[in-house]
Amino acid sequence: MSIKLGDRSYQERIETGIENDFMRDAVSSAQGRFRNGRITQAAELGDWEDWRQLGSEIRTHTLENLDYYLQQLSEQVAKRGGNVYFASTAEEANAYIEKVITEKNAKKIVKSKSMVTEEIGLNQQLEKMGAEVVESDLGEWILQLDEDPPSHIVTPALHKNKAQIRKTFAEKRGYNGSDSPEELAAFAREQLRKDFLSADVGITGCNFAVAESGAITLVTNEGNARMVTALPDTQITVMGMERIVPTWEDMEVLVSLLTRAAVGQKLTSYVTSYTGARLEGEIDGPEDYHLVIVDNGRSKILGTEFQSALHCIRCAACINVCPVYRHVGGHAYNSIYPGPIGAVLTPLLDGYEDHKELPYASSLCAACTEACPVKIPLHEQLIRHRQIIVEKEKKSPVTEKIMMKGFAQWASTPAAYKLSTKLARTALKPWTKEDTIKNGPGPLKGWTNVRDFPAPAKQSFRAWWKEREKGEINHDHS
Amino acid sequence: MKVSLFITCVSDIIFSDVGKNTVEILERVGCEVDFPAAQTCCGQPAYNSGYVKEAKQAMKQMMQAFQDSEYVVGPSGSCVGMLKEYPAIFKDDPEWQEAAVDLANKSYEITQFLVEVLGVTDLGATFKGRVTYHPSCHMTRILGVKDAPQTLLRHVKGMEFIELPVKEDCCGFGGTFAVKNPEISQEMVKEKSQHVSETKAEYLVGADMGCLMNIGGRMRREGKNVKVVHITEILNSHEQGGGIA
Repeated sequence: MSIKLGDRSYQERIETGIENDFMRDAVSSAQGRFRNGRITQAAELGDWEDWRQLGSEIRTHTLENLDYYLQQLSEQVAKRGGNVYFASTAEEANAYIEKVITEKNAKKIVKSKSMVTEEIGLNQQLEKMGAEVVESDLGEWILQLDEDPPSHIVTPALHKNKAQIRKTFAEKRGYNGSDSPEELAAFAREQLRKDFLSADVGITGCNFAVAESGAITLVTNEGNARMVTALPDTQITVMGMERIVPTWEDMEVLVSLLTRAAVGQKLTSYVTSYTGARLEGEIDGPEDYHLVIVDNGRSKILGTEFQSALHCIRCAACINVCPVYRHVGGHAYNSIYPGPIGAVLTPLLDGYEDHKELPYASSLCAACTEACPVKIPLHEQLIRHRQIIVEKEKKSPVTEKIMMKGFAQWASTPAAYKLSTKLARTALKPWTKEDTIKNGPGPLKGWTNVRDFPAPAKQSFRAWWKEREKGEINHDHS
Repeated sequence: MKVSLFITCVSDIIFSDVGKNTVEILERVGCEVDFPAAQTCCGQPAYNSGYVKEAKQAMKQMMQAFQDSEYVVGPSGSCVGMLKEYPAIFKDDPEWQEAAVDLANKSYEITQFLVEVLGVTDLGATFKGRVTYHPSCHMTRILGVKDAPQTLLRHVKGMEFIELPVKEDCCGFGGTFAVKNPEISQEMVKEKSQHVSETKAEYLVGADMGCLMNIGGRMRREGKNVKVVHITEILNSHEQGGGIA
């Protein structure tokens, strides 16, 4: 897998999503929970807007000085006995990790949840070389057993219900219990415990890398990242090159924003920070430590008007408020990164060709922009993508181009505009019945397929105004 | 106070009563209203679809039309919100930048203008009926006007007001989104229609005809007889209202 999930067409994905009632119910109720949780937690802070501002400033400052902080981070990691590798592409990142695994002669790899490893398709690469890879986040583990991609960046198995999970456990792991969440979780825990203890290598993602100390911080509710980082002798962290904070103090701000915005929690059950390898005289830590910093298209975004998309701390607050996501689900985006942030990031990282519909999969309601804890102007970036698709990529439909040219003419020529206000009602008359259009022509069709369109007024406002000015209509309305 | 009406193309052509009510309300609170006839459309349909060059042609027309106005007031949070974006859109265009800033600074949505500029909260209106209110996305999130409409509605006599569940959710209009992504838009408006039904309201009030045309059109298609009214109709009413979409 890479960023792109498959080859189904946009239309097919949308329709499959809309037809999946179970998924939509699950997404809708999860969105309600997450949204209410976020709002309650934000209110509790009292000055949420100030926190957002601070978060945004920290992210802006970090990205503007990314070269400096990456240098500082790698020096700190090296000082603590770690190896740092900069991968410009997914292939380079995977090749480096494969090399480490081969050198260690490792057979089993245990992972904690990481979107960037999904992005680079790491699991598939490692499996190709014959290694056993085990996802230890409960949601990811379910998806791995089911060979299903994540549909959400925080709760990856959001689209599955208890009964489906029970079935998967039964078929793949011989589970014969009920579909109570406690029993299912206990089973997963027991199964995973063996993997934690027998794994040769642990691979994690990274919520925040602290430049001043070289520490990697992971935020989880299941504690699985702590097992992954504490048990295997070889540790690999894979991080997107932007997932960095200058100081511990900055990290505190961003973790506070992340857990509140993501799941409406003051803090998650576990916040794990670890640094480098076991140095001489130290009693714990891995024998070997590797930090893989992945570019994979990110540096091309730096310095552009999309730079703030790299502010993203992967909290999914935008996804949790998005009405489009609610109705089509994560898989409809055909990207590892769904929802509004996915519609912004995916074309940047993977090009417009395969993802040109995504920027239009939004009503531009701006709920995403309002929810974002680090103030990414998501809906504005979607408009900017549309502009690029129209002007640079030239991928907009011909009929639309003609219509928009017509629009420009109409709206910049008052006489033409005025004429249209006079003729609109007559022009639509063939389709009008009882002041309603139920089967509109041309571009109106998309509208009237699902709702009525009103007939234009008998007299336009400007015609009424003109009569009134002439004194034909009484001004006195008291 | 001199006020120029920005009618918006949708209300000019389809919902002309919205303009009449807006004019009457402004005059009742002592404004002298004019209507610059050179105005057309704010450019949003093109801008939001990525056709910036085409949108700018409309925007230039609007800047010219309102160049002599003191205040520009319109009955749509979304269209006025578009005018507020002009300075950013023309920031690298020295010829138009000043006009863009000028128009953005003097433009207001009608309820915003009444409450924030004139300090009017009670228009002495009476409206009998069970009413719910949909706060449109661009009004609240882009223009940033959340309280003014409800402040004005609170003072309307005779009205029973019911809060709309999950009112901040988009109705699925989104301009060209409704025609470009009809399947998704349909699901969004179905959900909104359902929420309106839950209130058992007789009237759905809003401050943007685009959204109301969408929700109203869907409810009519579903055979519901909830009447959809622009907020100016309620604020200009002295008895039971009618319904326009």
